[in-house]
Amino acid sequence: MNLESLYQELILDHYKNPLHKGLKSPADASVHHVNPSCGDEIDLNLTIRDGHLQSVSWDGVGCSISQASTSVMSDLVEGKSLKEASELIDAFGEVMQSKGASSGDESLLGDAVAFAGVSKYPARIKCALLGWMALKDAMVQLDGYRRVSTGESKP
Amino acid sequence: MPLDVARIKKEFPILARTVRNDRPLVYLDSAATSQKPIRVMEAESEFYSRHNAAVHRGAHLLAEEATDAYEGAREVVARFIGGKSDEVIFTKSATESLNLLAYSWGNAPSNSRFHFGPGDVIVLSEAEHHANLIPWQELARRSGATLRWFGVDDEGRIDLSHIDAIIDANTKVVAITHQSNVTGAITPMSQLVAAARSHGALVVLDACQSAPHFAINVAELGVDFIAFSGHKMVGPTGVGILWGRGELLAEMPPFLFGGSMVTSVTMESATYSSPPKRFEAGVPNMAQAVGLRAAIEYLDEIGMDAIHEHEVVLTRRAIEGLRSIKGVTLLGPAEVRDRGGVISFTVDGIHPHDVGQGLDDLGIAVRTGHHCAWPLMKRMGVVATTRASLYLYNDTSDVDALLQGVEKVQEFFGGKGIGR
Repeated sequence: MNLESLYQELILDHYKNPLHKGLKSPADASVHHVNPSCGDEIDLNLTIRDGHLQSVSWDGVGCSISQASTSVMSDLVEGKSLKEASELIDAFGEVMQSKGASSGDESLLGDAVAFAGVSKYPARIKCALLGWMALKDAMVQLDGYRRVSTGESKP
Repeated sequence: MPLDVARIKKEFPILARTVRNDRPLVYLDSAATSQKPIRVMEAESEFYSRHNAAVHRGAHLLAEEATDAYEGAREVVARFIGGKSDEVIFTKSATESLNLLAYSWGNAPSNSRFHFGPGDVIVLSEAEHHANLIPWQELARRSGATLRWFGVDDEGRIDLSHIDAIIDANTKVVAITHQSNVTGAITPMSQLVAAARSHGALVVLDACQSAPHFAINVAELGVDFIAFSGHKMVGPTGVGILWGRGELLAEMPPFLFGGSMVTSVTMESATYSSPPKRFEAGVPNMAQAVGLRAAIEYLDEIGMDAIHEHEVVLTRRAIEGLRSIKGVTLLGPAEVRDRGGVISFTVDGIHPHDVGQGLDDLGIAVRTGHHCAWPLMKRMGVVATTRASLYLYNDTSDVDALLQGVEKVQEFFGGKGIGR
């Protein structure tokens, strides 16, 4: 089988042993996202302290790509500032839209570059983005994302 | 007589192409859309090359030819289901056919038998595709009518055990699927139709998954309306069918308004044509209707009974094969005679999307997900399934490729510690 390039060991490891899975309460923002094309679901809780993502926790059902991507994302962004997190979301989104042309900047995205192969499979991009979009939504809910991406200063 | 599948496959050019990893295509997604034989493509092309003109207008030869071609297609569809040609309405899809009913009835004045209001009941089933669910939800919401539905049993069969409590004097319409697009369960119609009749309720049949696969006859079924689509029966996309009893269509208000559906128009008002034109506003999908005619003539040439028998043999092989694979769970009736060639299954520990991806890597095209039937998926206790669906151009080697493919997917993920 030629599936190895898509299902990297790292992806399947995170699928088997997901990080940050299990919702932590209370949270500053809680979101529920669904991939309407396949029914995959995710709940994500986010807490913020001093402009940083103090805790990212999630629970959900879905395919190996969506579960592993959410696991990698949570581990990557936890502790980052809102600005750094929003840059990571944008960078990961760019890799996903690259149709296989971008392998991603490992120094920035870390383990998330393992998902670069997904960008060659248009039907699976939404799987890989599910958790990331949930995080983006949670940050928008906190009004942090918009402030950060427009360069506004913290209140 | 068994089908000569090798010869049939030659009629479908797409089946000769290779897909991922240069593997030959094994197409097992006909419940989503079927592939098209050359003659259907040629019929459409021929229409555009030789006869294209707006039907039912124009004083020229092409307009006459186009009208003959379009109306000729209507006659062929009518014959295919045992109806009359002026009872056949061309729509863009089965989804539009069902919406046509729900919107037409929603437009009906209070003195019409099609008027829905508080106290009226719309009966559905838990097995419905969203196309035969949401239009009725919306009609209920707009009119104040109530939705009621049949549940399904653990094998996905519609549970008629409480039929007297579900279909009663308040029931105005029973809208039901003929065959589930998830479990393949075929709905036994006679009891449903008798119960609806005894209370004066209308019966709408969603025949999207049945009309392409076995012979249906509107008189034998005893239903009032049937919706199905061209693209699932080797015909073109962009053409659906609504068949309705003539006396009912004659009383129904239009759904879409515009040209081609009027008898006279002033600045203040208009009067409307008789069916079927009343329900075909605008220049219709002529080339697609002509392509559908070629599709139906092709299916008839092979024979709907022969197609059905062929699918029964393949379905049995697929079901028995999948059942013998450890870790595979099948949805739907165990008895092949109660179901069509739509085979949904899950594989322990491996998400359907990952199963589908693994099969795709082997050139096997299946559907994964919720199949536009969320309530049924919930009832069956699954978020998603992998679905293989069969048609006349599939053979035992396609089924065997699926069976081997599922085992290979298990090996791949099993080797990584997933599943098994």
